[in-house]
Formats: sequence, structure tokens, C-alpha cells
Amino acid sequence: MSGHLHKDYTGAKFGMWLFLFTEVLLFGGLFILYGVYLARYPKEFVMAGSQLNVWFGGANTLVLLTSSLFVAMSITALRRGAKRLCLGLLGGTVACAAIFMINKFFEWSAKIHHGIYPGSAHLKEMLPGEMVFFNIYYLTTGLHGIHVVIGAIVLSWTMVFIKTGRVNAGDWVILENAGLYWHLVDLIWIFIFPLYYLILH
Amino acid sequence: MPEEHAHIIPYRTFLLVWVALLVLTGLTIRAAQFHFGALNVWIALGIATLKSSLVVAVFMHMKYEQPLFKLTLLSALAILAIFVGMTFLDVLYRS
Repeated sequence: MSGHLHKDYTGAKFGMWLFLFTEVLLFGGLFILYGVYLARYPKEFVMAGSQLNVWFGGANTLVLLTSSLFVAMSITALRRGAKRLCLGLLGGTVACAAIFMINKFFEWSAKIHHGIYPGSAHLKEMLPGEMVFFNIYYLTTGLHGIHVVIGAIVLSWTMVFIKTGRVNAGDWVILENAGLYWHLVDLIWIFIFPLYYLILH
Repeated sequence: MPEEHAHIIPYRTFLLVWVALLVLTGLTIRAAQFHFGALNVWIALGIATLKSSLVVAVFMHMKYEQPLFKLTLLSALAILAIFVGMTFLDVLYRS
């Protein structure tokens, strides 16, 4: 890159963090919904929550934690000049994102096959508390899933920048910010997993 | 090359955090098998908060950032806490 370009690393990272805070408040709103309805329908939440498959949720937790590790290590790799290792780690992260979404596909398919999806006739026959649980489950995990897809696209895009050398050992803020976004996706799941999948088994 | 950010975090640190996160995930699954009543949710939230602190501090390098970043993080969390607190003041104490 030419030397005239003014790079403000602190500004770039700070901007990313401000954006992440708005994301935290967005998901925070959904967790407030969860909390309010849990307080109102504690028994129904346990009944509905025990219908979720802990194995799907648990596997996806491992996948996301590992993908976060890969992203964190990729920055160290890039800054140490290990470009191929960096690309490999990021490729691993994108693969984890794909595994996560495939898991989610099978999980949702099974639920939908059993007639559990927003607006379904079966859901309307359930207790109000159970219906609310499944509605916010779809809303929260769906919004989170969209974030996984966006994160995978952003990371793939960053991989192209690394390949072309636009992002390199001396200029890595794009990777840093893409990584921050990916870690946020992991953070949200850290709360979704116990609240939705582990609520009393 | 930017002068800040001189600190390169070694792989080992990240691996240790990852192991800690896996252990905590195991712990949260184990804890959910016991029936503590309302305490179950608080245990789950406590472990999740511990896990997310590790992710934010090390994976997201918050530990190594300037005070401005830390202060902003605290204000964002305070705003979230106010939202949660005000909502529950209404939900739990509505007569």
C-alpha cells in the first residue's frame, strides 16, 4: 500500500467495537424476552426446552469455540509472517461455520418435521408458554445463524485480501475486525446454549 | 507499521483459553443435570459470563487494549444491565 494512506488502527478497531455493542444490545433484547417469559412460564419453558437436542447444541458449541480459537490464532500467524498457516486457520473457521449451519439445518429440519415451527398448527395446540419458547428459540437461533453466515462471508473475503497481500503482517486491522465479529458470534452462542438447550434436563 | 499493538499473543495462550472454555462447557452441561430449581439458570448464566469474559479478554484482546476500549465496554454492559433491571422491576413487581 502507498505511504500516503492514513491508517488509524485505534479508530478502526474502536468503530468495530461500537458496532459490536449495538449487536450486544440487539441480542440483549432477545435475551430479555427469554428472561421475562421464563419468569412467567417456568414449567412450560422446561417442558419445551427438554425437547431440544442437547447433542446438536453441544456439538455446535464445540464447533464455535474451536472456530474462535482458529481466528484468534490466525492473527498471530499473520503477524509472525506465517501467511499459509493463517489462511489454513481461517479456512478451518469457515469450515466450522459450514458445519455449524449443516448441524442447524438438521436440527431445524427435525423440529419442523415434528410440526414445531412458528405459526404451525401443532404449536398452536401447545401451552402458551411452550409456544412462546419455540417462537423465541427460532427468532434467536435464526438471527444468530444469519450472523454465522455473514461472519463466514466476511472471513472468506478477508482471506482473499490476505492472498492478494492487501492484509499483511504490517497491516492486519481488517483481519482483526473480521475476527472480532466472529468472536461476537461465538459469545452470543455461549449464552444461547445453556439457556435454550440445557434448561433442566 | 502501526506502533501500537506491538504485542503478539502466543498460540499457547489461545490454546489454554480454548481448553478452559471446553472445561467450562462440560461444567455447564454437568450442572444442568442437577435440579437446583431457580438456581440452575443463575449457575448457567454465571458460567456463561465467565466463558464470555475469557473470550473478550483474550480472543478479542480486550486485556491488551487502551482504557478507552475497556470503559466503553463497561458502559455498554451498564446500559444492558439497566435495560434488564428496569424490565424486571416491572415484570417481577407489577401488582
